[in-house]
Order: sequence, then C-alpha cells, then structure tokens
Amino acid sequence: MRKNHFGNRLLLALTFVFLYAPIFVLIFFSFNATKSRTVWGGFSLQWYVRLFQDDAILSALRTTLLVSVLASLIAMVAGTAAAMGFAAMKRRSRHTLMSINNIPLTNADIVTGVSLSLLFMLAIGAFNATIGKAAGITLAKGFGTMLIAHVTFDIPYVILSVMPRLRQLDPHIYEAAQDLGARGFYAFRKVILPDLMPGIVNGTIIAFTMSVDDFVISYFTAGNKVSTLAMEVYSMARRKISPEINAISTLLFISVLALLVIVNLRQTRQNSAMRRQRAALTPKT
Amino acid sequence: MKKILSLALAALMVCPLLTACGGSAGKYPNGEINVLNWGEYISDGQDETLDVIEKFQEDTGIKVNYTVCPDNETLYANLKQGDSYDVIIPSDYMISRLIAEEMLLPLNFDNIPNAADVDPNFLNPAYDPESTYSVPYMWGTVGIIYNTSMVNEAITSWRALFDAKYAGQVLMINNSRDAIGVALKTLGYSYNTTDPAQIAEATDLLIQQKKDGIVQAYVMDEIFDKLEGGEAAMGVYYAGDYLSMHDNNEDLAFVLPSEGTNIFTDAMCIPVGAANQENAEKFINFMCSTEVGVANCEAIGYSTPLMSVKEALDAEITADPVAYPSDEVLAGCEAFLNLPEATLKLYDSEWLRLKA
Amino acid sequence: MRNKGLAMPYVAWMAIFVVAPLILVLIYAFHNGSSFTLENFRAMGTYAAVFGRSFLLAAIATLICILIGYPVAWFLAREGPGLRRIATIVIMLPMWMNFLLQTYSWMSILENTGLLNTLFQKIGLIALVNGLFGTDFTYFPMINTRGAIVLGMVYNYLPFMILPIFTVIEKIDPRLIEAAQDLGASSAVVFRRLIFPLSVPGILSGVTMVFVPSVATFAISRLLGGGMVTLLGDLIETQFLGGSYNPYLGSAISLVMMAIVLISMAVMNRFGEGEEEAMLL
Repeated sequence: MRKNHFGNRLLLALTFVFLYAPIFVLIFFSFNATKSRTVWGGFSLQWYVRLFQDDAILSALRTTLLVSVLASLIAMVAGTAAAMGFAAMKRRSRHTLMSINNIPLTNADIVTGVSLSLLFMLAIGAFNATIGKAAGITLAKGFGTMLIAHVTFDIPYVILSVMPRLRQLDPHIYEAAQDLGARGFYAFRKVILPDLMPGIVNGTIIAFTMSVDDFVISYFTAGNKVSTLAMEVYSMARRKISPEINAISTLLFISVLALLVIVNLRQTRQNSAMRRQRAALTPKT
Repeated sequence: MKKILSLALAALMVCPLLTACGGSAGKYPNGEINVLNWGEYISDGQDETLDVIEKFQEDTGIKVNYTVCPDNETLYANLKQGDSYDVIIPSDYMISRLIAEEMLLPLNFDNIPNAADVDPNFLNPAYDPESTYSVPYMWGTVGIIYNTSMVNEAITSWRALFDAKYAGQVLMINNSRDAIGVALKTLGYSYNTTDPAQIAEATDLLIQQKKDGIVQAYVMDEIFDKLEGGEAAMGVYYAGDYLSMHDNNEDLAFVLPSEGTNIFTDAMCIPVGAANQENAEKFINFMCSTEVGVANCEAIGYSTPLMSVKEALDAEITADPVAYPSDEVLAGCEAFLNLPEATLKLYDSEWLRLKA
Repeated sequence: MRNKGLAMPYVAWMAIFVVAPLILVLIYAFHNGSSFTLENFRAMGTYAAVFGRSFLLAAIATLICILIGYPVAWFLAREGPGLRRIATIVIMLPMWMNFLLQTYSWMSILENTGLLNTLFQKIGLIALVNGLFGTDFTYFPMINTRGAIVLGMVYNYLPFMILPIFTVIEKIDPRLIEAAQDLGASSAVVFRRLIFPLSVPGILSGVTMVFVPSVATFAISRLLGGGMVTLLGDLIETQFLGGSYNPYLGSAISLVMMAIVLISMAVMNRFGEGEEEAMLL
C-alpha cells in the first residue's frame, strides 16, 4: 500500500484535534481561578482542593470503579464458562442462545435500562410486600441492582471475544492431555486456558470499558442510594456547574493516559526483547 | 502482551476495592435516611456556609443519602418507580396529590417539637388541611428574572416572555405545571383551571413562542449559570433563586408580573415505604431548628415559614420585598391546587405536544 | 471440556435478566395499569414527529461518522505499525473517560457566550459575516440546536465507527492488493473492487454501534439541546423517571423503537454478513 501524503495526514490530525478539543478544554479550565467555564480568570488549584473534599463526587468515582471492576470480573468468569458451554452445544441451540446473548448488544441502552428497571421494580415490590414484610426487611434499588445490570451487559462482550478463540481450538489437544494423565481442571488450566487467554483478556477489557462508559443503564437501575460518576455529572450539568468536574476529568485523563503508556512501553520492550532472542537463536548464514 | 494487560487490569482492580473498604459504616452507627430535595435548596457548605447535611450526620450519627431532582413531576415518578425515600420536600399541589393517592405517612409530631415554631399562617393549609403529613420548609413566588444590561425596559408583564424582540433570549421553565401556568396567567386564566380549552389555548401560546424562536432553552436549575453568565436575557424562575443569582451578577432584576403569579410552599413529608420513619422525623425536626433554618435561608434566599428564623435573620433580608412581598402583593398571587386526574393527564399530553 | 453444563448458569441469568425484562416491556406496552389495552399504541401517532426527528438526526450522525471515520480508518491502516498502535490508543482513550464529561465540555464550547463564539468575536468573524450578509449577530446560535445534538452524537460515537473499520482494513492481506495491482488494476479499481467490499462488515458493525445509541440518546439531547429538541430517548425517559410518569406508554414507545431498530439492522445485515466477530478492537 502507498503511504499517506500530507492531505491524508492532515485529516488524521484534524480528527484527533476534534476528539481531544473538549478534553483539553476541560483540563484547561480545571486550573481556572474563577467558577467560569469559559472565561479565564487566572491560575489556581482550588477545584482540585474542593474535589478532594467533595464526598459526592469521590464516592461516585468509587462506585463507578467498583461496579465496573466487579462486573467485568464476574463477566470474565461467567462469560468464559458460558462460551465453553455454548461451544459444546449443537449448532441449533447454540445459535438460539447466541442470538439472545446478542440482545443487550443490539438493543438501545435505554431499552435495556428501562426493561431491567421494570423487573427490579416489580421484583422488589413483590419481595417487600411478602417476605420482606414478614422479616422486616425493605429492599430497594441500589448498588446490587446496578451490578446485576452491568454484569448482564458485560457478559456478552466476553463471550463474543472468547468464542472465536474456542473455535480455533484443536479439540484433540485436550484429549491428548487427558490421555497423558492430566485431569479435568488441570488439563483445562494448562492446555485450554493459555489459548483462550487473549480472548478472555480482550473481552474483559471491553467489558470494563463499557461499564465505565455507561450512563443510561446505571441511571435506570441504580435507584437513589448510589450514583456513578456519569450520573453525578448528568445531575450537576443540570444545576449550577462546579469546575470540580473539570478537575476530576483531568485526573481521570491523566491516570488513563499513564496506564496506557506504561502498558505500551512494557509491551514494546518485551517485543524487542523477544525479537533479539529470536535473532540470537537463528543461526547466522 | 497478555501478562502485562492482566497485570495492569489487576492493578486497576485493586485500587477501588481498597478505597471501597475504607467505607463509612463505622462512622454512622445510627442508621441512615434517604432524602430527596430540589437542587440548590439547602445550605451545603459552599462559600463558608453551614454544611447542614454534614452537621446532621455528626450530631445524630445518622447517615444521609442525599439526592436531588428537578421538579415535582419527576419526584412523583421517582416515588412510583419504587425508589425508597425517608424525607421528600414536594410543593403544595403535589403534596395534596400524594395525600389523595395515599402515598404519604402521617407524621408523629412528638418527634418534631420544633414544628411548633411554624407560623400559624402556614398551619392547616389547603393542601394538607390538618397539617398531618407535612411541615413547611420554605415558601416563595415565581417571577421573571432579567438582565438589565440586556433588556432596556422595566418588565412588568408575563407578555415580555412572548415578545419577538427577545428572540433566542428567553429561558422557559422546564416543567409542565409551571410553564403552562405562565401561559395561563398571561391569558388571564386561573392556574387551577380544569377547562381543557383554556389549557389547550395556553399550550398553543407556548408552542407559538417556541416556533417563533423566542425560547432559547427549557431549563430548571441550569438557569443559574445561564442568567449569571449573561447567556440569556430573561427567564422564569423562583424568587429565592433570584436572590442567590443577584449575589453573583448585580445586573439581574426580578419582577412579579402584574397579571399575578404563583405562591408556593414546599413542605417536608415522609412517603409510604420509608424505611426509617423515626430518623426521618429527627431530620425534619433538625431542619426546623433556628440555627439550621437561618443557615438555609441565608444560603438559598427562599422565604421561611418559621417564626424564630425570620426573627433571627438580618433585617435587610426580611425587609426585601422579593423574599417577603407585602400582603397586598401576596393577595394577587395564586397557589397551585391538585388537579383532577383527567386534567393531570391533559397536562401530560399537552406538555408532550409542546415538547414533541 | 465439552461440557454444556458450563453454560447453564448464564442461560438462567439470560432468562431472568434479558428475556424476562423484555417480556415485561411487552406486557406493559399493552396495559394501562388496570387492564389490557391498545390505547398506548393509538397515542403513538402523536409522537410521529419525534420518531422522525430521532431517526433523521441519528441517520445524519451515522452518515457523518462514516464520511469521517472511513477515510480516517483507511489512512490509519496505511501508516507504519508504531503510529498505528499509538493512533488506536489515542482514539480509544476518550472512551475510558465517561462520555458525559466530554458532552459537558461541549456545552462550554458551543454556548452563546462560549469559547467558540468568543473566538469568532476576537478574530472578527462575526463582524465579517454581519458585514457580508447584512445580519446583526452578536453570537452564532449553536447550542440548543439540532446541529449541536448531531455534533454531540458524532463526537461521542465516532470512535465506534473508526475502530471496527480500521480492524477489518488492517486485516486485508496486502498480497491480495499486490496481486490486483500486478494484474493491472489502478488504485481506484483496487479500492472499489477489493478494499471497499472487504471492509463492508466493519462499516456495518460501525453503523450499528453509532446509529442505535444515537436514536435512543437522551443525555446528549438534554445537555446540548436545552430541552428544545425532544428525541425518542427523552420521550421514554420522561415516562419512567421524568416529568410525566407513565411506564405503560413508555414501554409502548420503547417497543416500537426497538422493533424499528431491529428490523432496520436486520435489513442492513442482509446486505453484508455483519458477523459477530467484526467487533470493537
């Protein structure tokens, strides 16, 4: 393929400017000395100080991370197991189940959110009116219901990225391992898992990303006791806006950036180490 | 690749788990309450004010889960959705609707001794005839807030909101009862009309206003930033909030339009399904104490129904006709009443007709 | 290894948390709180304008995403591996912050007294336009318009268009292209006959990932539209958690929207094999 000329690179550059302009605006005004989001009033770190005193935002951040981590971990295990179970099924039933699995992906978030909120509303109402009344427990929507919702839309991503790996798997390897005396789970861990690992990791990362990025489904399922960062921002953007939002955006951006840079540096180093190793092993001619 | 990614992932996962463990369970031994309030409607510790919620938590050891919502209709939806609240602060007409639908619990006034401080004028109101379900929190009026640097006349009438001169400069209030109410008053009708023709006429007026490009946006608390920052020339909002905005932008002015306007009372109630009634009553009692009442009034600018609070406030505040209008002006105001089921449905569909 | 039982917990989970909730929506759509009825659907005509507007704005946003996203993905795929890696990360990074943060930032950029208008004023663009066309703008109205909403959609969902297209183009075997060129195909022909057809699955999956959330958004229209432009998402949200509580009507609207979306996706996927693998990343 031919390389890009200047015009093409310009388009790429402009796209990146477009994608990052709002983020840089957020970062820039997080250092503003006044409350204004559009007029620069001098440098200050006051919004960072306020941010670390603001329980609502900090606990929203905690909730966001906690629900995303838990949901993607649960999805990782459950999704991998489910994918393996699906792979063992006959074509027809696998096909049906995969279609159901795809529903949360193709459906609009709001439909998923609304339908789950109906379920939770009725289930909790029924519980409170019967068992709850007898036992003196009142349930309500909260972290638990939101976690269920996140797990529900996270699992399909894990399944979708594990499935192709499973299909490439040679079934005979597992049998061979068993013939050589490796038993059930040990054989799985030593033989199957390493092959599936890239798919599992990939799927878990996507699931985590989707959970962090989610607003709509959390909004409908979280109830009134917990709120995620997105819900907090949505609620704040409809009131007096505090530049604390800018401050937390900046911190988020920097931590994500740092994480990605570290992962990438280590990876390139590993790659080049591998290349050197391979070069050393190949006989020189 | 995979090893590093899983490492990074693991690191990412540990952080929140760690911070989550340092939770607040030990700090609040006496249970919790869920409070639903309007935005910008409590003294929250900003700009050296008293952080009312924090003080309550410290004094009583009860954790407060504090949430806000924009309007009465949303509050109603939240309750219907099965969200469990212990204290809500709806407005008069919504309180009578909630009472009619048996969604409120009668209060145990033995736990709310401070309620004795409520001005007798606010006792046994039309929306709660025997004061069994509610303790008034604040009251106020609705009017037009405008920026004198952008509007070169003294505004006196609701008509100004429909004046093509101000195209793109008018902020309308974003809830059906208040917005349609504005149009009803402009046309000279009652806020509480049940005549479908009048309501439809009012909605048509609003639709025309939107079509003509006069409305810049439909807003609730977004109006603070927009009016303070000169983003729009005028808007419909509550008197108390005008006073807060005026502190940040001296150019803003407030008027109670000559056609008459809405006078409202927001009162604290406990909805059916509240899990912690006693704690909720403690909270209501706390909100009625003089110290907290004064802090709230100073922070949010609304008018208090508590006698000791009004006495303790600066004379400058209580003499301000915006917060405490004369009896003569108040006589021209009309409160919202709960409307019959059919009219409520009509409001919903007319509101959607405007917004769709 | 070949154990169907492994899937059983998830099958049960799907039954409770995917299928049952949708059945509830179905029941609610044909109910009014006391009895079964069709009245929710009879009211649907009133909202035809909202349906039309939502699908139109979402379609425009999707089209813009293709027009920007395809060339970007295509040019990106022609860069060296190092730049390619960095670029993918740069595109993905905003997704790791929540999209509402950036939407909120667009508010300050687009407002009447916002950053863009201030900039236009400083560089004299507003005066220039007024001079040229005899208008008297003091600012360009950008926020609270349909344009602002489309911009918000494009901004938020553009990465979901670039990444799948990039993934499929990157996978095209360069030897295929060389072979075609050796056989005398011009680069235009190579693109039209080879690369474009091979990248269709990426486009389709991108379209799904942009169009569906755009049709149903309510946060973007609320924040950038100022309550002036009601979309399907707003309509549904007000029936459940907003100003006019009526989950029955809300369910009916959700159901109709879901049906239209699923049908159009199915029709679209008939044109290419939008296979499940053509996923993000």
